[in-house]
Amino acid sequence: MANQGRRWFEQRKEFVAHKRSEGGAEVPDLFTRCPACHEPLFNEVLAANGHVCTMCGHHLRIDATTRIKLLCDAGPLEVHDDHLLSVDPLHFVDSKPYGQRVAASRKKAGCNDAFLAVSSHIHQVPVEIGSFEFAFMGGSMGSVVGETITRLFERAAERERPAIVVSASGGARMQEGVLSLMQMAKTCAALARLQDRGLPYISVLTHPTTGGVAASFAMLGDIILAEPEALIGFAGPRVIEQTIGQQLPDDFQTSEYLLDHGMVDRIVRRGDMRDEIGILLRQFLGLPALPRAQRPANRASDDDPALREGTDAKLEGSSP
Amino acid sequence: MDIVLDFERPLLELHKRIAQLRALEGEDGVNLSASIEQLEAQALKLQERIFTRLSPWQRTQLSRHPKRPYTLDYVKDLCTEWLELHGDRAGHDDHALITGTARFQGRPVAILGHQKGRNTKENLDRNFGMARPEGYRKALRIMHLAERFSMPILCFIDTPGAFPGIDAEERGQAEAIARNILEMSRLTVPIFAVVIGEGGSGGALAIGVANRVVMMENSVYSVISPEGCAAILWRDRAEGPRAAEALKITAKDCLSLGVIDEVVPEPAGGAHRHPEQAIRTLGECLARHLEQLRELEPEEIRADRYDRFRKLGAFTQIQASA
Repeated sequence: MANQGRRWFEQRKEFVAHKRSEGGAEVPDLFTRCPACHEPLFNEVLAANGHVCTMCGHHLRIDATTRIKLLCDAGPLEVHDDHLLSVDPLHFVDSKPYGQRVAASRKKAGCNDAFLAVSSHIHQVPVEIGSFEFAFMGGSMGSVVGETITRLFERAAERERPAIVVSASGGARMQEGVLSLMQMAKTCAALARLQDRGLPYISVLTHPTTGGVAASFAMLGDIILAEPEALIGFAGPRVIEQTIGQQLPDDFQTSEYLLDHGMVDRIVRRGDMRDEIGILLRQFLGLPALPRAQRPANRASDDDPALREGTDAKLEGSSP
Repeated sequence: MDIVLDFERPLLELHKRIAQLRALEGEDGVNLSASIEQLEAQALKLQERIFTRLSPWQRTQLSRHPKRPYTLDYVKDLCTEWLELHGDRAGHDDHALITGTARFQGRPVAILGHQKGRNTKENLDRNFGMARPEGYRKALRIMHLAERFSMPILCFIDTPGAFPGIDAEERGQAEAIARNILEMSRLTVPIFAVVIGEGGSGGALAIGVANRVVMMENSVYSVISPEGCAAILWRDRAEGPRAAEALKITAKDCLSLGVIDEVVPEPAGGAHRHPEQAIRTLGECLARHLEQLRELEPEEIRADRYDRFRKLGAFTQIQASA
């Protein structure tokens, strides 16, 4: 039930979003307008293409559940730490109290915080993998996200599995102040232990990856893969412009710019991401190559009871 | 040029009057000691009233005061044989973050610290204490040096933040900070960090993953500058004082959040009025912590640091549904 509600809500959200951008012009909700080329795209076709525009190749934003479905093998899957909940250590109030902001985000994004961690497989390699949920307060990292990622690295070390983190985050969560900053140290220390065990960690950068997330585990992958045209950097472009009082180059802080400057290993289109990760992992672990024909399907075609159950439990459990 | 903060003004006026009376007494030989004593008592009271009730914003202003002792002031007073070591061995030397070796109480130590300038010329050279990637990479080089030769590392944090500029991004500011944080977590020599002024976000943490982290009483440590936070939340940098309050950035707040281990008291009136005294107090604190850390084996030191950061954060759990 909860899952259905969520799906409906998201479709409605997208529909409303482009209705606004078109100045009120009616677009039937079977379509989504590509934010880059403005072509209307069949939702079904768009989903089948991993939410990449079939006209211009623009990578539309996807939620953490969709991300996991696209990357992981169909089959068993275990959701972790989705019962962790933010508290309000600073009693932070801006236009509304932080507690209310979290409650609103839980409702909107259909999850308890901005990170989804699971155990699954990619190309039959058992992995500990997680993805940011940008819809939850801009994917910002507070104590819950920091703890979930730390546990992901610790679990990977303990189970002797590779770790993969897909980032989409504006950075540290202001509302938890200096405790958010400390999550950078906590996650990186756990990552160091994983590295010391000789296990690979692949960092996937998607739009946007900035601030405290960029300046911690996101830029520390043994391999760093970036989706095309993602914004990646330490300081936000506006802050830089204000500081130096100059116009920024057009492609500044894009994936392509980072590749040019030696900061990422590869730019990988969304449709190729799963295969590239699988190939790299099997190479690093000394496993035999998996011919294309033998590669398992991803979870996208699945109804995916494992992920849905996770979500249902989460939402039921979270109702006050 | 003496920079006077608004809330200090009444106190400084009083001090000025006392000085005038003293001068008068000397010149004319009249006895004004009664008046002077009275004024001094008044000044003491006023000082206590002002400095025990400093708002987070006032502390932010103090933390940025150009008369506060900076890294080099601490190092030169507390250490002997200070030799600054330069360069990241990849083409750059960052003057906003200084590194070197010295002796503290006769024992060798490695030192890293942000360095601000006291005037425009110095600040252009020091980039206002905002380091670029090369600064963090130089710091990492010195940390590895310290690890090889078993020298404790002392870190002096005093930065508005890592420099947000095109060149810094181009050379991988995010990666440089991240790398330092990770590498610091795995060192087996004792690391002691102190926030002496501004503890500005990732730029501070990049030399802040220590076994012991302390803050000077009037320093601040924050995930974002109050002005930056205000610009995002209220679209107005002038709301800085409000953001300073909300962000809980004072030494006392950081202590209660578990982020730091100790608040180092500053002399009455602030470190900028009596720098030598502030430096001495920090020296005592540093000696005590280094003594404790010296008891630990290398692996224990690493584990101690891991546990210290591992427990930071605040969250709760909801009951999983049956």
